[in-house]
Amino acid sequence: MKFFYQFRQAWNKSLSLRIIATTFIVSTILVTIIGLILINRVSSGILTSKESSSITEASSAINEAQKVVTATDTGAGAPNISTVVDTAVTALAVRAGQSGLFDVLFLASSDISKQGLPERGTNLVAENSVSEDLRSRVEKTEKLLWAYTEINYLDGRKIPGLVVAAPIKINNVGNYSLFLLFPLDKEEETIGIIRSAVLATGIFLIFGLLILVWYLTRSVLSPVRKTAEAAERLRMGLLNERVPVSGEDDLAKLAGSFNSMAASIQQQIGQLEQMSRMQKRFVSDVSHELRTPLTTVRMAADVLYESRDQYTGETARAAELLSTQIERFEILLSQLLEISRFDAGVADLSLNMVNIKDVIEKTADSLSNLLAIQETPVVITGSAPEIELDQRRIERVLRNLISNASEYGEGKPIEVEIGSDEDTIAVVVKDKGPGLKPGESSLVFNRFWRADPARARTTGGTGLGLAIALEDARLHSGWIDVWGSPGKGTMFRLTLPRIAHKAISSSSLPLGTGSEEKYELDMSALQEMLDPESKIAKP
Amino acid sequence: MARVLVVDDDQALSEMLGIVLRAEGYEALFCDDGSKAQGIFKETKPDLVLLDLMLPGIDGIEVCKRIRSESGVPIVMLTARGDTLDVVKGLESGADDYIVKPFKPKELVARIKARLRKDDVKAESLTLADLTIDVLGHSVKRDGKEISLTPLEFDLLLALARKPWQVYTREQLLTDVWHYRNPADTRLVNVHVQRLRSKVEHDPENPEIVMTVRGVGYKAGP
Repeated sequence: MKFFYQFRQAWNKSLSLRIIATTFIVSTILVTIIGLILINRVSSGILTSKESSSITEASSAINEAQKVVTATDTGAGAPNISTVVDTAVTALAVRAGQSGLFDVLFLASSDISKQGLPERGTNLVAENSVSEDLRSRVEKTEKLLWAYTEINYLDGRKIPGLVVAAPIKINNVGNYSLFLLFPLDKEEETIGIIRSAVLATGIFLIFGLLILVWYLTRSVLSPVRKTAEAAERLRMGLLNERVPVSGEDDLAKLAGSFNSMAASIQQQIGQLEQMSRMQKRFVSDVSHELRTPLTTVRMAADVLYESRDQYTGETARAAELLSTQIERFEILLSQLLEISRFDAGVADLSLNMVNIKDVIEKTADSLSNLLAIQETPVVITGSAPEIELDQRRIERVLRNLISNASEYGEGKPIEVEIGSDEDTIAVVVKDKGPGLKPGESSLVFNRFWRADPARARTTGGTGLGLAIALEDARLHSGWIDVWGSPGKGTMFRLTLPRIAHKAISSSSLPLGTGSEEKYELDMSALQEMLDPESKIAKP
Repeated sequence: MARVLVVDDDQALSEMLGIVLRAEGYEALFCDDGSKAQGIFKETKPDLVLLDLMLPGIDGIEVCKRIRSESGVPIVMLTARGDTLDVVKGLESGADDYIVKPFKPKELVARIKARLRKDDVKAESLTLADLTIDVLGHSVKRDGKEISLTPLEFDLLLALARKPWQVYTREQLLTDVWHYRNPADTRLVNVHVQRLRSKVEHDPENPEIVMTVRGVGYKAGP
């Protein structure tokens, strides 16, 4: 069963296997039929001619034997019956000659044989070479009869042969039956040679055909295969992949079209990459260039802010606004820089063995001011073994998730749950706020996306926090996903591999309220969610 | 009155730094070209150098190396890049500390104060392995021969030598030696421990004076 399954698979997979197998079966059937017809015709031709020549010879030999018998019999002083029989057999043996054209059995008919009459054969031919059936038929006829038989010799030899039979009358004695046995071993041998020649030719023909078909399939399929392989490599991002073009046939046309397609794809991707690179470079340059003047402005604003007591009310407020907004501007700039570092692919991890619970507690501590303002308690449950992670980045992720939960949590407690299994550790941050509307969960990680644009921005979030958090998780080969429904709050789940950089596909904590929520993650959807530019293949 | 040399090519920033420094009671000196920095440094002998990493002429890292080759003066780098490699290169070329733009005046002043801080010390002599540390004289001797350390390296060695039984975490050293109040970059410690070892150890690859305690931090050996 298993073999059959494997064969089915190979059969469905390999075009050349199908072609070769079909060719083999069809050509074997054809060659067998042709071979059988050929052998049949040739052997029947050989036997027919042997038969006719044998019968001609036999009839004259029988005539002669009858004459000899009659002549002997009518001589003066009736000779001994043995002498008559011997004379006839000797005459026939002389006629058959040295070459042994035929052997002779001269037998008394069944009705007289009981009288102990002599019976003769030549060359040790055994009596049972002639079937009983033929013997009885000869006794009832006047004509020649013939049949194929096996000639048995007393020394044990057996050869195929043709037996021609006729009754011989011996006066005063009764009917004798004369059997002339023509050996067909030469003919049999010839037919055997022809048969093996036909067989050899057939096998040779099938083999030749198979080799030819294999070669043809290969010469057609190998360019197709090469093109398929090239397409696969192209898909993997090896944009320089091309197929060699030779000749001007259909296959060359295929290769040519493939190559021009690849070139066009490469060019377009190159353009897109160039644009994307330029854009990323621009963002990074702008962020860097902004830093020096921003430092000056920041210091100036601080100097003004520190001495705001010396100004009148409105000017003092202006100095305050200047200072706070520069702070916001600064956070935005540093997040833009962080994002541009992710986009440029230069972000790196500095891994240390850390207990995630400590990180969570530390993060909650550092957010205690904010949490106190929002009057939001944080409840941490569960624990997980130490894993290797970049503490700065994971702290940033958690700070983001917790401050986010406190912003939307309406003062209700934030639950932080830690879980772990063989491959992953997970942290779920859950608030009991208004929750996400349907469709929003795929948007929260978008840059600058806000749940409610009209909402007061109490924490001064920039809209980049979750995007950066997701990139941080992804840098750890993990991910963040989100669940939320109106009135039931929002859950963010951070999942990290226990062994750094090991690919993971499931999380150790469930997301959502019901058990029907799936643990598994649709990785392709995740990929798209993570990286809006993932549709552009990277080299 | 302590004197601070500001090496930065951005005029507005230099001027602003000057305003902030003067408000804090420092005397500010300026240099806007990397190639002139060493000359001005020799002429003015400042108590601290604020050094921008991106400079016309010679870049900040080279300037840092040159100043360090002739003086242990505290050097605080100003870096516009959060680029990790740049920071490490700057620290390895001899900078004591760094501050990332944009920074608040208070942060800057705190960094400067930390580096210029003179603890009240009494005459005290410590020995650590075959080293003799003269706290008041700010000198370290081995077999009567003086080993030249920057003030920061001296502070680092002293902190470890005063409590040879204690294992210091990197965070503790950042608080005790660099006077950081908030969590800071632990690479500061790593880089300066390496620099200190290269001066005081017989074989920096197999340290016997500044020992690493795996997963925790450092302690004075053996």
